[in-house]
Amino acid sequence: MILEIDSLHSGYGKIPILMGVTLNVAEGEFLGILGHNGMGKTTLMNTLMGHLPATSGTVRFNGQDITRLSPHKRSRAGLGLVPQGRQIFPDLSVHENLRMGMAGSTVEDPAFMQEILSLFPRLHRLLDRRGGALSGGEQQLLALARCLCSRPKLMLLDEPTEGIQPSILEEIVDTLKVLRERGLSLVLVEQNLEFIAALSGRVLTIQKGVITGEMSPKDLQDPEMISEFVGMSST
Amino acid sequence: MDIAIIVGLDVISGIASLVLISAGLAVIFGMMKIINLAHGEFLMLGAYATVLSVSAGVNIWLAMLVIAPVFVGLFGVLVERCLIQFLYGRLVDTMLATWGLSLVIVGGTTMIFGNTIVGVGSPLGGFSVGQYQSSLYTPFLALMAILLMTTVWAVMKFTRAGLIARAVMQNPDMAATLGVNPARVYMATFGAGAAMSGLAGGLLAPVAGVVPTMGAAYIAKAFITVVGGGTSVLWGLITASGLFGFINQIAAFLTTPVFGEVILFVAAVVLIRMLPTGISGKFFKGRL
Repeated sequence: MILEIDSLHSGYGKIPILMGVTLNVAEGEFLGILGHNGMGKTTLMNTLMGHLPATSGTVRFNGQDITRLSPHKRSRAGLGLVPQGRQIFPDLSVHENLRMGMAGSTVEDPAFMQEILSLFPRLHRLLDRRGGALSGGEQQLLALARCLCSRPKLMLLDEPTEGIQPSILEEIVDTLKVLRERGLSLVLVEQNLEFIAALSGRVLTIQKGVITGEMSPKDLQDPEMISEFVGMSST
Repeated sequence: MDIAIIVGLDVISGIASLVLISAGLAVIFGMMKIINLAHGEFLMLGAYATVLSVSAGVNIWLAMLVIAPVFVGLFGVLVERCLIQFLYGRLVDTMLATWGLSLVIVGGTTMIFGNTIVGVGSPLGGFSVGQYQSSLYTPFLALMAILLMTTVWAVMKFTRAGLIARAVMQNPDMAATLGVNPARVYMATFGAGAAMSGLAGGLLAPVAGVVPTMGAAYIAKAFITVVGGGTSVLWGLITASGLFGFINQIAAFLTTPVFGEVILFVAAVVLIRMLPTGISGKFFKGRL
């Protein structure tokens, strides 16, 4: 198991959001987590990355207990987060944003950056552009590429489809499939059924801060299954 | 004609001094959103480091350009570790804490060295323009101001440390997500800002009266320059120093040095009223 989460609790101040999340991710697995807004998806991602403290429970990554580790140490241990809203550095160029992906290692590796860029042909001609000047879709590609530059073993992907044109979504799906071949593990939180079905080997549903069920991607075509677990209709 | 040259030199000297005395404050404010009210005392420590080194027989250039910034830079790192790091994101608390620190530094320095003026002679001679005399130290200060700004720009623009510093300034959480320890970047930034203040203090030592309370004379000017310039470290500092230095020296020439200062502060108040986020908040948004 690359990621083992055991009854994880977290929240903002005194307001609890996660009420005991337990789940495992196998090495090389693409796990989808489906849930409405406000059910704790982003809170889960931010707690896993260390931006929010866990109030109880444990998180083990690659066999190591990381529950109390600070975000930069988790990153260096091989955990990557592509956050909601993409969080591109607006006043850095695209190239500088990618270099920041390597900020955690002792030296930059331009050859590796080229390798990552070859997966994102759209970014090539944008390298000198300001990050803040890109479209939402281009920023999402950049956020993915930047995260990959940090050589993550497990990537946490927080609602990548939010406000993005469909053509880029297809590109993202194709790129992530290539990365699965190369051994990347992924935890994807989403509410876009098509996107989560296209990528995930297994889908968990989250409601009010707990995991409520497990489905296969095929089940996502069954509206009754979905409303049972998520309270969400597929139409 | 000669008088025009002399006034021109005064203006250059005024602008250069503003750049030098404000740079450390600007870096710490622009990068970390912290107003270091002990900034004047950092200058004073740089000046003392220079004077004491020179009287111990050290070469004055070495004392001003190396010992003063290194000593105050290390002192800044110590202050960041012991005090500032607990107060990030709390602007008013940091102002209060650094103000308290400034009192401690003034008190400590007075206890050790006494409340007397010490000094070093200017290492450069003078030159004359017609019937007027001027010191070669003025163009030297201007050169140092240009060098300092160029160095800051080059470090921020072309080095990996500069890139990481800019990224942390824009989004510390995202930088941490990518493996950067923001606390270390803040410590280094505070140290670098303190070192710049130390350098300014060292450079001022030959032309200012070095006393434990000398910082108070600089903090106000540095403060309005930084607030007038806004958060863009370089462009804000350069434009605000240029504007205020010019106004100050021309007003001093037309009236008296005291009125020059008054007019400078009035101009600053008007500027901040018109541009609450400073010059760079309006014209150089997002630039260095």
